[in-house]
Amino acid sequence: MSTLGSTSNPYDAIIIGGGHNGLTCAAYLAKAGRKVLVLERRHIVGGAAVSESLYPGFTYSVCSYVVSLLRPWIMRDLELVKHGLKIVPLECSYTPQPDDIGLCRWPDPDKTRREIARLSPRDADIYPEFGRAVGRLSRFVKPFIDSPAPDPLSLNPKDLWQLLGMGKAFRELGDDLTALQFKLTTMSGVDFLREWFESDQLIAPMSCSGIIGTFLGVKSPGTAYVLLHHYMGEIDGSSRAWGFPVGGTGAISEAIASSARSFGAEIRCSAAVERVLIKNGKATGVVLQDGGDELHARQVVSGCEPRLTFNKFVGAEHLPSEFATQVNRYKCRGSSGKVNIALDRWVDFKHRPGDGMHVRGDIAIAPSTDYLERAYGDAKYGDFSKRPYINLVFPSLLDRGMAPPGKHVMSCFVQYAPYDLAEGPEHWPEKREAFGDAVVDTLAEYMPGLKDAILHRQVLTPWDLEQDFGLTEGNIFHGELGLEQLLFQRPVAGWARYKTPVRNLWLCGSGAHPGGGIMGAPGGLAAKEMLKAGAV
Amino acid sequence: MPRQTPFHPRTAALCSSYAWKEWAGYAAICNFDAHSEREYFAFRHTAGMIDVSPLYKYDVRGKDAAAFLAHVWSRDCTKLKPGRVYYGTMCNEDGHALDDGTIANLGEGRYRVTSSEPWLGWYARHSRAFDVSIEDETDKVAALSLQGPRARQILQPLVETDLDELRFFACDTTTLAGKPGWITRTGYTGDLGYELWMAPEDACHVWDAVLAAGQDHGIQPAGLDAMDVTRIEAGFVLQGVDYISAKSCITESLKSTPEDAGLGWTMNLGRPGWIGRDALLRERDRGGSAWQLVGLELDWAELEALYDAYKLPPHLAPAACRLAVPVYNESGKQVGQATSSTWSPVLKRYLALAQVHRPYGELGTKLKIEHTPEFERCKVSVTVVDKPFYNPPQKAKTPGVERRKAAKAAAKEAAA
Repeated sequence: MSTLGSTSNPYDAIIIGGGHNGLTCAAYLAKAGRKVLVLERRHIVGGAAVSESLYPGFTYSVCSYVVSLLRPWIMRDLELVKHGLKIVPLECSYTPQPDDIGLCRWPDPDKTRREIARLSPRDADIYPEFGRAVGRLSRFVKPFIDSPAPDPLSLNPKDLWQLLGMGKAFRELGDDLTALQFKLTTMSGVDFLREWFESDQLIAPMSCSGIIGTFLGVKSPGTAYVLLHHYMGEIDGSSRAWGFPVGGTGAISEAIASSARSFGAEIRCSAAVERVLIKNGKATGVVLQDGGDELHARQVVSGCEPRLTFNKFVGAEHLPSEFATQVNRYKCRGSSGKVNIALDRWVDFKHRPGDGMHVRGDIAIAPSTDYLERAYGDAKYGDFSKRPYINLVFPSLLDRGMAPPGKHVMSCFVQYAPYDLAEGPEHWPEKREAFGDAVVDTLAEYMPGLKDAILHRQVLTPWDLEQDFGLTEGNIFHGELGLEQLLFQRPVAGWARYKTPVRNLWLCGSGAHPGGGIMGAPGGLAAKEMLKAGAV
Repeated sequence: MPRQTPFHPRTAALCSSYAWKEWAGYAAICNFDAHSEREYFAFRHTAGMIDVSPLYKYDVRGKDAAAFLAHVWSRDCTKLKPGRVYYGTMCNEDGHALDDGTIANLGEGRYRVTSSEPWLGWYARHSRAFDVSIEDETDKVAALSLQGPRARQILQPLVETDLDELRFFACDTTTLAGKPGWITRTGYTGDLGYELWMAPEDACHVWDAVLAAGQDHGIQPAGLDAMDVTRIEAGFVLQGVDYISAKSCITESLKSTPEDAGLGWTMNLGRPGWIGRDALLRERDRGGSAWQLVGLELDWAELEALYDAYKLPPHLAPAACRLAVPVYNESGKQVGQATSSTWSPVLKRYLALAQVHRPYGELGTKLKIEHTPEFERCKVSVTVVDKPFYNPPQKAKTPGVERRKAAKAAAKEAAA
């Protein structure tokens, strides 16, 4: 056994979970000269930001599939481009209709205006105005995702200043926008959008941003805020479009891992953690599964989801009872699944054929708000949507390396697939293929030649996301992005600063502020907090 | 009234933006689309294809061709082997840079020289002592550049040349989709790339073949705006922007030596007999060049804060900026000017090329640059950083060479 990690010469920090946040945290700590070890249960780093080849010649972004919020400061600090990261912007947002050419929203505003004008000339003119208003709101929100959450109960002058700053920024928005902000935080996505627009064909795809990863419908109150969270999608410093990483989302994790290694971090795959070692209320290291090896460290950091961290790795006996209760109240209701498909050839959309620019972006199967609400209806009563909302991307059109020439990969994010099936979540494996069939049947209504072109299909249900990727209840964001679980309440009120009630145990995953998506911000901010606190 | 290049029937049909500009008397496309983003990302991630026919091209032959070129260019062209290309600087007798360009040894005593300005008169004046014939072949040779990491895969089926063996800055006489021509592994994007040279009547045929071969690789016809961003990322200077040719520069103080223009590496002051060397030697003895061309990176957080003060998100120009802006030292004295700047979508950094007084060119030096949000003059911190800003491994690597290297290393290991 090596002397590293022995009690006499421990690591400065052990990070549980080699997802993109765990790796980001490791890279920052290693960059600051700390001795860091990352332990990943799977044979490959990345967590839910992972690329795997499950069919020869084809690469799937298995779980997460697009990127927008990866913080540019992290890309610069960790030199991710030097370590191989490349992001290509998505070209277009296409919403096909079963009996009509549907709607494309392009990067070119005039082209978009002409498309929307076909549905409603009035909406076409308002669309850019809406973008500007929401853009200004995002500017207000952005500083919060780039710094730790303020603590409203603290008397620390720094926190008070930060809160004061928040209030000031809020006042500066002006009366109209303040009203807008209140609406955003209380209304449903659809109601909010209807205040602006009249065309249901336009409102439907726009409202989808409000439900992604959340167990709510487009007409449920509160979804307007999640809509804003996604509107912050940021490439190039300004709020703009979403992008696709060359090599799939795993390439992001690989780049961060490579950066972490270059700073001296050690990363071990196929090293599952059994539990956190706790002595006298202090975390002192971890115990590995298989063999029960003990590894010691001055600090232990969990990149895993909070409920998994506290219930499995820590145990309620080491937690204050109120905290343990709050952790179990933390909402992780998984609401989505993922279907990855390898295609033998290009398959045309019925009313907009060809593999042109209209399909080189994200494609939303969201023909109407009623369609989306019906999809939620199925899920409310414990079944997957028979006709789900699907967010579709063809990675092979944006990165030709994802499939052999002329062939294609299709990545389908599918909502709703509730974790809690009426008959119990453990029955998901029996329903997996039926769920996959519902997705293919839905898509075939828009792409008639689809079924004959499928070479291989991977179906991931919320159950699989939990079993294979440690996402509790299959929630893709490590806990829903509802307003009640954000900022100083993420994951538990009073514990939003990456610290936990167990001394020397920290959180650095998407279950910590500022939340999910491939942002890297929780990992980067956690490392900065640890360094600032002198913990490592 | 600009003329049309041999590719015009193809490029004009695709140019939905109607965004053209004049380049050396020809009509050239700025961007095919309303925005150059897609073309930029093709250069960086797949392959962008750009008509570079307006480059000035000279056919130089004769017994003394190499000696003549070694006399007018900063590189020792007598050492340029057949099948190789040099990049060099041309100076006047005062040691001021006139232009930069490439010299390809096509074999059998034939050279092709490119430049951004016409130099037939200059060549004629300086070739009297040499047995050499010089012909302007600008109109007689069409040029198409394919740049990006997928360029090799796209072109290989179309050319006789084994591209796995064609090294960085090599050239070959070949066939292009069945038509006679030349291929050089050169370009202006700082990535893997090739330039194809052919007769004007074959241009559209080659264009069609390359575009078809690239379909499954994400090929994209591209314009000058996208290339301008990539050349800044690559740290390449542009004559007329980052330095001004001594030929057209009226103000003496704005003339640049190769060293001032960041081209010092293309010359060897130890080699006698080339125009400008004597003046440059004298300058060296006086203490060397007063200026230095450097890469700058803007402090993004500061820029963001600056715009935030106006309640605006940071404004990013959709293309590279060629408007020179002053560069200051920390006490506010002007020490140079930034001549090209761009946001790098790949690097997420705001970059600039600047000429600064030599003491301020040290890597890591903190300077300030002028920035004018909402028409108000402000200063933003910049740091002198190393060039190229973007330098992907495939730029200079050659698969055949890499394979032999790996085999050799493996054999060595096996022997050990």
